[in-house]
Amino acid sequence: MTDNAIQVDGLGKQYRRGERQPYRTLREAIAGISLPLLRRGRHHARDGALGRSDDWFWALSDVSFELERGDALGIIGRNGAGKSTLLKILSRITEPTAGCAVIEGRVGSLLEVGTGFHSELTGRENVWLNGAVLGMTRAEIRRKFDEIVSFAGVESFIDTPVKRFSTGMRARLAFAVAAHLEPEVLIVDEVLAVGDAEFQKKCMGKMGDAARSGRTVLFVSHNMMAIESLCTRAIWLEEGRRMADGAPAEVTSRYLKTSFSALTERFWPQRDGAPGNDHVRMRHARVRPEGGQPDDPIYVTTPFTLEFEYWNMREGARLNLSLHVSNDLGVTVFNAVPMEERVWQGRPFPRGLFRDVCHIPGNLLNSGVHRVKLRVVEDSAHVVHRMEDVLMFEVRDASEERDGWYGAWQGAVRPRLRWETEQVDGFGAALRDG
Amino acid sequence: MPDRDTALGLTGRQRQRSPSGRESDASRPVTTIQPSRGWAALRVRELWEYRELFYFLMWRDIKVRYKQTALGAAWAVLQPFTTMVVFSVFFGSLAGVPSGGASYPVFFFSALVPWTFFATAVALGANSLVQYEELVSKVYFPRLIMPAAAVFACLLDLAIASVVLLGMLLVYGTTPSLAILTLPFFVALAAVTALAASLWLSGLNVLYRDVRYVIPFLVQLGLFLSPVAYASDLVPEPWRSLYQLNPMAGVIDGFRWALVDGPAPGPILAGATAVALGLLGGGIMYFRRIERSFADVI
Repeated sequence: MTDNAIQVDGLGKQYRRGERQPYRTLREAIAGISLPLLRRGRHHARDGALGRSDDWFWALSDVSFELERGDALGIIGRNGAGKSTLLKILSRITEPTAGCAVIEGRVGSLLEVGTGFHSELTGRENVWLNGAVLGMTRAEIRRKFDEIVSFAGVESFIDTPVKRFSTGMRARLAFAVAAHLEPEVLIVDEVLAVGDAEFQKKCMGKMGDAARSGRTVLFVSHNMMAIESLCTRAIWLEEGRRMADGAPAEVTSRYLKTSFSALTERFWPQRDGAPGNDHVRMRHARVRPEGGQPDDPIYVTTPFTLEFEYWNMREGARLNLSLHVSNDLGVTVFNAVPMEERVWQGRPFPRGLFRDVCHIPGNLLNSGVHRVKLRVVEDSAHVVHRMEDVLMFEVRDASEERDGWYGAWQGAVRPRLRWETEQVDGFGAALRDG
Repeated sequence: MPDRDTALGLTGRQRQRSPSGRESDASRPVTTIQPSRGWAALRVRELWEYRELFYFLMWRDIKVRYKQTALGAAWAVLQPFTTMVVFSVFFGSLAGVPSGGASYPVFFFSALVPWTFFATAVALGANSLVQYEELVSKVYFPRLIMPAAAVFACLLDLAIASVVLLGMLLVYGTTPSLAILTLPFFVALAAVTALAASLWLSGLNVLYRDVRYVIPFLVQLGLFLSPVAYASDLVPEPWRSLYQLNPMAGVIDGFRWALVDGPAPGPILAGATAVALGLLGGGIMYFRRIERSFADVI
């Protein structure tokens, strides 16, 4: 017997394109039958009611992979890449159009926590109902009931209708039920999209436990860090097709490279055609980790450089560069000028090729896409050349920094600050004085 | 093959089988997922495996219904009861519909009890999939369970209304004959008919969303095509046999005969039963056939 828990072979799913409402009305259906009869065109039948045949597209196409028991597979890709379709097929909610999949073991899918919760019913009643919906047997629910309730921390509200629960309590109870599902194959879609930090941490912890205890986990997420730290393998889907399959870190970095049009290096070999004017002409611009290549990833902890080579076209010009680095919200994180540069600043430049290197320390920028605006300034006053988006690069999150929390880290910068905590006095002293 | 063990430090452990023999490996079910073509099998075994979910959905329907209405269980009685009063006044006293000697309240109520069950069950069953669409789009189970649970949950209402009906018979001094023992058969026939209608309509309701507006009209039509407001012998003979092929006509005539008085069911009842079973069989096949597209279109 093989140890494969899941074997997926050429799986595909076809949908109709651009249907705002997938369901039709009876009226349309009747019109769709009668109109072509009137037109006496068999071929119009598809035009009228069913849509042109080229309106069909493959949401998922020829996807194959095998998972061994205990594997945790992360599935990444843009919205509409087919990730959720794949999960829906594997959890049997929808049927594939082509291919087949063989799954060994009981499948539990969490495409949404709290599915089947009814707000009129009490917490207790919903635990039973939701448990049954997720596929637990009555005996199983009875056995785990107390554990579920205490995990959710809603003991005192358990006989209150769920409609009086706060959103947080409801989410906790729903997750508690889901977390106590013990299928051999666990299918999870984007749990991290909801809930607060603590809730996310619980979710991730439970998923990690599931993977470690020999369950097979399939996990769709947009959170690359979560994929990298929880999964043993990742596949990347693009327009329904498998683009990459392999170690999570590898797959996610390949995916991220294409997920925005990174401009980490630009080179203009011909001076005459290069951006610029009769003051300056550009030759080379690049961003790279200290000592690395422009293609290498930059993490929040990585020191890196912004480098520019340019031709000074006018004898004796006093030039300096000015760099604006902005984040994906359009906020300018900083503006840098060569104030600390001692050799050339303030001196007239002879004609020729110059190179400026700006060193940016690690633990300064927050994660995300950053853009660089370049200004070439003469006499510290006139902008003689400007380039918007001369470089674009992504600063990636480093999971070791996060201590189990995977949500967005606020702020334009992410410095590591010196911090001190000390005990000033004992409790007794404070009472005495106060 | 990438080295999957180093990425997370999940060495060794991940290959272990579930600890403490919670479930033996032999019981690991194997699921094969592939496109189905044409008519799907009934998969009775699968339905049996999901019986607990069926039970829970039924229980939910009952709980929610009685919690949401201010009157709770009394609603199950009030609805047929008020209709009975209205019918007794208008069809009975004013229009003088022949009741075959029975007093109007018993005559109408004995028909309204099974009819109300049928009408409520069909209305709820036909909307069961659309109403709880997140169940359809987020979890897998045989969808047949949803309309079935909605229909069977209505049996409780029927039971409550039946108790009141028996009380009324006592008040009006009608002693049911031994024929009352056949009542379970007519209840079953009503349930089969309601389930059949629910299967057809709930499936159509998912595919064509305006079906929900047609359902009340169909139920209304059914009220007049069944002997609720009149006795079935009002229908002249060449047509009566055809008329009595309507399973609900069989159910209502059966209720009247078993509880009050009226013509004993003839061989045509077998025909009505066959029609009900045929509708059910067709409904199941149709439902199974379109079930696979529910999650895509709901």
